Amino acid sequence: MIPELGHYALVLALALALIQAVAPMIGALYRDASLMRLARTTAIVQFLFVALSFLALTLCYVTSDFSVVNVYENSHSMMPLIYKITSTWGNHEGSMLLWVFILALFGALVAIFGGNLPATLKAHVLAVQSWIATAFYLFILLTSNPFLRQAQAPFEGRDLNPILQDMGLAIHPPLLYLGYVGFSIAFSFAIAALIEGRIDAAWARWVRPWTLAAWMALTLGIAMGSYWAYYELGWGGYWFWDPVENASLMPWLAGTALLHSAVVMEKRNALKIWTVLLAILAFSLSLIGTFLVRSGVLTSVHTFASDPSRGVFILAILVLFIGGGLTLFAWRAPMLRQGGLFAPISREGALVFNNLFLTTACLTVFVGTLYPLALEALTGEKISVGAPFFNLTFAPLFIPLLFAMPFGPLLAWKRGDLLAAAQRLMAAFGIGLVAIAATFVAQGAHAVLAPFGIGLAFFVMVGSLVDISERTGLFRVPFKVARQRAIGLPRSAWGTAVAHFGMGVTLLGIVCVTTWASERIVALKPAQTVSLDGYDLVFDGMVQRSGPNFRELAAKFTVRRGGVVIGEMAPAKRTFSSRSMSTTEAALMTRGVSQLYLSLGDTNDDGSIAVRLYHKPLVLLIWLGAVVMMLGGLLSLSDRRLRIGAPKPAKAVAKSALQPAE
Amino acid sequence: MTRKQRRLVLIGGSVGVLAIAVALVLVSLRDSIVFFNSPTDVVEKHLAVGTRMRIGGLVKPGSLERGDNLNVRFAVTDGNHDVTVRYQGIVPDLFREGQGVVAEGKLEANGSLIADTVLAKHDERYMPREVVDALKKSGRWQEGEVK
Repeated sequence: MIPELGHYALVLALALALIQAVAPMIGALYRDASLMRLARTTAIVQFLFVALSFLALTLCYVTSDFSVVNVYENSHSMMPLIYKITSTWGNHEGSMLLWVFILALFGALVAIFGGNLPATLKAHVLAVQSWIATAFYLFILLTSNPFLRQAQAPFEGRDLNPILQDMGLAIHPPLLYLGYVGFSIAFSFAIAALIEGRIDAAWARWVRPWTLAAWMALTLGIAMGSYWAYYELGWGGYWFWDPVENASLMPWLAGTALLHSAVVMEKRNALKIWTVLLAILAFSLSLIGTFLVRSGVLTSVHTFASDPSRGVFILAILVLFIGGGLTLFAWRAPMLRQGGLFAPISREGALVFNNLFLTTACLTVFVGTLYPLALEALTGEKISVGAPFFNLTFAPLFIPLLFAMPFGPLLAWKRGDLLAAAQRLMAAFGIGLVAIAATFVAQGAHAVLAPFGIGLAFFVMVGSLVDISERTGLFRVPFKVARQRAIGLPRSAWGTAVAHFGMGVTLLGIVCVTTWASERIVALKPAQTVSLDGYDLVFDGMVQRSGPNFRELAAKFTVRRGGVVIGEMAPAKRTFSSRSMSTTEAALMTRGVSQLYLSLGDTNDDGSIAVRLYHKPLVLLIWLGAVVMMLGGLLSLSDRRLRIGAPKPAKAVAKSALQPAE
Repeated sequence: MTRKQRRLVLIGGSVGVLAIAVALVLVSLRDSIVFFNSPTDVVEKHLAVGTRMRIGGLVKPGSLERGDNLNVRFAVTDGNHDVTVRYQGIVPDLFREGQGVVAEGKLEANGSLIADTVLAKHDERYMPREVVDALKKSGRWQEGEVK
């Protein structure tokens, strides 16, 4: 009963989406207010139906209804409740249902909070949103129906892939999808603007909060996925330049560029065409990301098994939306009026610089990810493009970007003074140089790049705060006055500073781990010791433990530093009998923001066990930096002028909004 | 600066950055890509010693030997030919005889591979695509055998 209800709700959502895809467009064409208003209702009801459908599937999982094929294949009655819930999206069909759930959620939010959008724009946005929804409902119903029943309900399920039975991966996909799907709003706004043939600064103000929210979710989602890969895959790496990781990085890069160009458009009415293009690209890359992961065209450490007919369907969706979006752009973009002028050295110029490097970096990732596919399709030759490629292309493009980052907020709009900005960054330069010198002294000459990396990280971190300290007059006026001014500063200024600071933190983590991480791989017998970077680990012996749906063999270690016991570590091997699969559970010991990382290998015939021990200095900074970036986004989102349902455009803007572009 | 000059600066800058990016991409594509070969390719293509490559196939049943210091030696097969792979380190959880495997490393003079990376997939229902293709080529693949 429940699965059928869920299935039926999804079909109803499709019907509503079809209405919403057409009616508001006709309404906007004939200025029919009631037809346009219809979109608000359908968007909200559509969301309710999809929510019902999603709830139905979750219920099937919670009650372990193995008559549903999807549940049978991905669940187990003995699994803890939390993993029963998360396995709803731990498989292809369920994750696509989550995708449309979030899409419908965003649609409903626009419908509810978009009260002060111009009626036609809102109608167009919701209609475009519904085109996307229609395509994905069809995809689910035709190729990946999660509610399919089987005649004979098996007694027990086949269990969720053990590697997915983990909190990190439980919340990683929803965050990632919030990001991917969030960009669909920017896309819908861009297409709506192109259909209407006009765009103004207010448009950017409406698009920015949605983009910001999506970007925050994506930032956190990528960080989460990276941390999961770090502790679960047992190699202690945080980023593999794996195609699936790249698939999430590309929309992030394009989305970051979009956030910055939207600022220019909002403040200075410039870069309009470029911003619209970026909005289309950010969502296109999200779609490509979905395609790469879902179609199984790529070999990756993260993909689920999948079948090719779905790939063809997603490819069709891809061609339709990306091709259609870009064609519409080519046709209509010349009609959009160009806006404000600016000198190359100016805030606008700095943001253009940012966009240029971000999109170019995104392009190199794109080439590296898709080149193997293209080559195989054309010549049949199989290659793999790995980390060396990306280190050689991506890093050189990101370094100038990071170096320029503190300068941007210090330059004035229209015409800036680079020298003055550099003078104000003197303190940051100084601290950066001290960091370089200190690292050289501490390290000797054998790691040449590391000191510069550390210096750059400190320069970025301190430089990001210069704008705030300048504007509050910190160190010049009494602290009380500065504090008063700090509270009065726009939240978006704080957001910029915090997010840029976070970038510096992540960079510091990456440089430290890359340079000073050390590892030892040894085979140990009980009572033997392995030492690394001043830590001594004694192997105490093995213990058998059992969990709800697995057995685990844990190795106990006592950790000493300078002879003093500082803790225990117990990495384990888990065996999941229902899938005859085993996973390695690494043990982590956190010391400040550094970690000791211990994982197990095979047991040898002589009774010794292979262990892999890493010391990862400052490794947690990599993800903490991402969290700080996300908090910066949150601060910016709470800025008065950007609250969701942005305030009415200023009079002058409203006036120009009414004039069609020539 | 006139509007035209500003535009020139903008376009010049963009083209410059793009040119650098293209140069970087071309250089690194020449140096850092790794070709994938099936065991048959390795035997028949007469690749130069020291070539970096990936090899994929099944771990030949009965070929796995574990030595001291975490050394492992196994044969990768596509049914027609075998290639011996040597590796020092910890092999992945799903690495076992009869299962699909991808190894990356350098080709030795005796035709074996010194691997620095060994990958097995993390789902027992899933076979690396390269392995599937290698098996299909050698005619040892039956549709629906492993999904």
